[in-house]
Amino acid sequence: MEIILAAAIGVLFGSGVWLILRPRSFQVLTGLLLMSYAVNLFIFSMGLVWIDKPPLIENAEALNPADFADPLPQALVLTAIVIGFATTALYLVLMLGSRGLTGTDHVDGVEPPQ
Amino acid sequence: MILALLILLPLVGSLIAALLPSNARNREAWLSGSVSLTGLAVAAWQFPAIKDGQVIRHEFTWLPEYGLNLVFRLDALSWLFTILVLGIGFLVVLYARYYMSPKDPVPRFFSFLLAFMTAMLGVVLSGNLIQLVLFWELTSITSFLLIGYWHHRVDARKGARMAFTITGAGGLCLLAGVLLLGQIVGSYDLDVVLASGDLIRNHEWYRPVLVLIALGALTKSAQFPFHFWLPHAMAAPTPVSAYLHSATMVKAGIFLLMRMWPVLSGTQEWVWLVAGAGVCTMLIGSFFAIFQHDLKGLLAYSTISHLGLITVLLGISTPLGIVAAIFHTMNHAIFKASLFMAAGIIDHESQTRDIRILSGLYSMLPITATLAIVASASMAGVPLLNGFLSKEMFFAEAVQIGGTDNWWMSWAALAMGIFSVAYSLRFISVFFGPKAEDLPQIPHEPPQWMRFPVELLVLLCLVVGIIPALSVGPILESAVIALLGDRAPIYNLAVWHGFNLPLMMSIAALVCGVTLYFILRQFFDLRNRTQVPVLHPIKGIKIFDSILQNATVAAEGLLKVVATRHLQPQFMIILIGLLGALLLIVPLLSELQLQDVSAIDPFFAVLWIIGGACAVAAAWSAKYHRLAALLLIGGTGLATSVTFLMLSAPDLALTQLMVETVTTVLILLGLRWLPPRLASMEKELYEHIPMRVRLRRGRDFFIAVFCGLMIAVVSCIALLSPRGESISEFFLLKSLPEGGGTNVVNVLLVDFRGFDTFGEITVLAIVALTVFALLRRFRPAPESAVAPRQQTNAVDPAVQQTTAEHVALGYMRIPAVYLRFLLPFMAMVAIYFFLRGHNLPGGGFVAGLIFSTAVILQYMLAGTIWVESRLRMQPYKWIAWGLLIAGTTGLGAWFLGYPFLTSHTAHVTLPLLGELHLPSAFMFDVGVFMVVVGSTMLILIALSHQTLRSHRQSSPPEKDALSLRSSI
Repeated sequence: MEIILAAAIGVLFGSGVWLILRPRSFQVLTGLLLMSYAVNLFIFSMGLVWIDKPPLIENAEALNPADFADPLPQALVLTAIVIGFATTALYLVLMLGSRGLTGTDHVDGVEPPQ
Repeated sequence: MILALLILLPLVGSLIAALLPSNARNREAWLSGSVSLTGLAVAAWQFPAIKDGQVIRHEFTWLPEYGLNLVFRLDALSWLFTILVLGIGFLVVLYARYYMSPKDPVPRFFSFLLAFMTAMLGVVLSGNLIQLVLFWELTSITSFLLIGYWHHRVDARKGARMAFTITGAGGLCLLAGVLLLGQIVGSYDLDVVLASGDLIRNHEWYRPVLVLIALGALTKSAQFPFHFWLPHAMAAPTPVSAYLHSATMVKAGIFLLMRMWPVLSGTQEWVWLVAGAGVCTMLIGSFFAIFQHDLKGLLAYSTISHLGLITVLLGISTPLGIVAAIFHTMNHAIFKASLFMAAGIIDHESQTRDIRILSGLYSMLPITATLAIVASASMAGVPLLNGFLSKEMFFAEAVQIGGTDNWWMSWAALAMGIFSVAYSLRFISVFFGPKAEDLPQIPHEPPQWMRFPVELLVLLCLVVGIIPALSVGPILESAVIALLGDRAPIYNLAVWHGFNLPLMMSIAALVCGVTLYFILRQFFDLRNRTQVPVLHPIKGIKIFDSILQNATVAAEGLLKVVATRHLQPQFMIILIGLLGALLLIVPLLSELQLQDVSAIDPFFAVLWIIGGACAVAAAWSAKYHRLAALLLIGGTGLATSVTFLMLSAPDLALTQLMVETVTTVLILLGLRWLPPRLASMEKELYEHIPMRVRLRRGRDFFIAVFCGLMIAVVSCIALLSPRGESISEFFLLKSLPEGGGTNVVNVLLVDFRGFDTFGEITVLAIVALTVFALLRRFRPAPESAVAPRQQTNAVDPAVQQTTAEHVALGYMRIPAVYLRFLLPFMAMVAIYFFLRGHNLPGGGFVAGLIFSTAVILQYMLAGTIWVESRLRMQPYKWIAWGLLIAGTTGLGAWFLGYPFLTSHTAHVTLPLLGELHLPSAFMFDVGVFMVVVGSTMLILIALSHQTLRSHRQSSPPEKDALSLRSSI
């Protein structure tokens, strides 16, 4: 289980890195999306991986915390996902505006000399 | 409290002055005048208390853990400077009322002037060295603003910048020196420092401390080799020059040397450094002054020279020298302020300050001329005037310290005296001679109150000069006692001391000075000379300019080497840095104790084979197949979502799923504005990839693989390491009894970490508004504005229809029926997820996203115009109300005496529904919900409106019947 999750994080992050090193703004956008998946999964995995552990508590008495999924990374990642959406939107608008102003979708705003 | 009041008064005055209308000259002057007069009265009232060497101290706690408190301290020395600052300040305000033209924006002037007064009072009243440096830098900043007051003029800007660079840099040296001093003494408190003179002088850091503090003082009081900023600061309005260069700014340096005199002086280093700089300054200053053609320039160099004189006196450090230094500080302030004001009157009345043009002014300005002549005589050291007294004391000290070994000291003093006489004559030469014919304006006597400050100051020159012991005796004596303590010498403030050597020197200086002036005039063409003889190569300004220029060039060169404006190398450096940081963990790997790997779930394996393949494929295709890449990324997102679900995080899974949907719609809306990029169009490039590109791709591929590998290894180690202590347990245990909810994640978000969530929804709102604002300004690329090929194909009947017609009659009729039915159901689902959030997976974030999706679907189906004619969302109102609700819920706790965002749960029993569980966190969650809906909608709608805008540009306006602006 752990190996697969770690490998998944690695593959997502690596693909993201490759994309943000590319020259076109859309590639960078997709790269950031992939990297944010990887980072969210990474933060989430810090709470260890629990399959089929209840995320909800039903009875306050006789509660053993070890029987439940770790809520803290979940709460952190939840807001990270929503904020991630906001930054994607901001990047997209900047990307469109830059394209409109400079006439190119190169990240530097100018086409590199051939 | 009184002392703090002294500083607060001009500060408050400055703030009020800034707010008055720009033509309120009289009100500004009344305000500033009454501020300085009140201050003066308050200060004068303190004199009996500090007369006999007592010190008034007020301490306010500031940063006690660092030994830093706000200490205000008034002794006789700082009292003397306070009176100078406030007294001359008052006269300058009065003068400025008439000097400033109605066209000048006076609020700025008086506001800066009062701010400067605050800073200056802060310097002299500080009882803590750090605090002193703080106010010191404030004088640099405010003087910068004052000198550059006429910022439309190049010389004013340049002069201000130069003064600020020099004095600001000096201030930094001073700070360093003071910090070292604090380390030596162990306290920054002035009284403690003043009591540790021997400790400081014998410390190994004495020399650096001395040099750094002296640098601060010498730059401020324009001593050689930093003197050149002062003449350039003459670009300021004359009241500013009269204030800054007679009584305040430059005297701050003198004040610092006096303040530090008890602890730093008494060594060879002090004498050579301070007296050496002083001698050079006074000679250079007085010699240069003779050859100036600008009245204010002459006064500027004369100021430099007189400051040099005071510095020499402080440097040679004899007790009588200190008396002379304090005395001359007062005298110089009095006569120099009046001379600056007289020069200002001449400038104001005749519109020129050029000595070569001005002549015969006596007949036109008889009273001003008389006043200026008396003040100049004081500057030259003519008997029966105050300048004479202190200059004679200076001669006496120079002779005494000079003796036979340092004979040059006496000669330097004499030379300075001769030059002073010569430049004073040069100054008053404008009143004599033939009446000038070619003046830009015929001068008249100024208004009475403009001349009043000059009259008063000249009267003071006479009073002090004739009856010194009666007029300033007590003040001088108490200041001397404050500085010297029991070393205070016995001196006699009399006009007549008999025929002695100093008197001879005074007479010789007068005679030689007059002779020198007339020789220069007759034989050396003084009137038209453009170059100072002999000393003209001494040009600090050239060195200053070349240093600045070289620094700029060097900075540019350095930027070329170490910085880049290209994004890709920056990303690469960041990533390589990240990898480097990760490599640091390698040595720790051997100490790891890893758990066993748990069994592999085949479903999970397959899931991530697909997810990973999607990610790699997206990376592969993002350049030429954007839509495909977008869909593939959606696939990865789904895999992530399912992972969250499998690993016991249903809330995350839900949120991820919804965000995935909204993000995809968002990017789809943006795709059409990107330039077309087809592999077939770049076939040439595609087939013959140059070596350079291959290498670059290889390098990037290597970095990507390495980064992925590293992060995988790190996560693997983290996953397999035993759990450490965590605060999660606390949340699990307290969630139900104290948060009142069984869904711990939601309770965490809206209750335990409510403040964080509040911050996060604020960020979300800001981003949404930013996107909206940017899209109002930005224009997407015009070449993308033409309708795509699918919409211009003549064969397709849909091309002729509007989007609304598609829905009503065309292709979209059947989906439209479904989707419109779906809207209330989706809204219901959103409410359901929202309501159950506290106890079951759901909550404000998820519900907000579901609701947004529901509305977005309608937009996608029927187009913006159709939806907005029926449903006015006004998303910014959702954002505003959401933030307001969340904020008020938090504030509510305040009114009940709890910290911000403390949650409270109410249980209400209602008929039919039974017992209702109503935590205040519920209202907070409503706020979260509304902000999420508003932000998402605002972003998406703003983006979709771009299409309408481009249609509006390309097609006639009647299609665009609706007022879209009102709906968004």
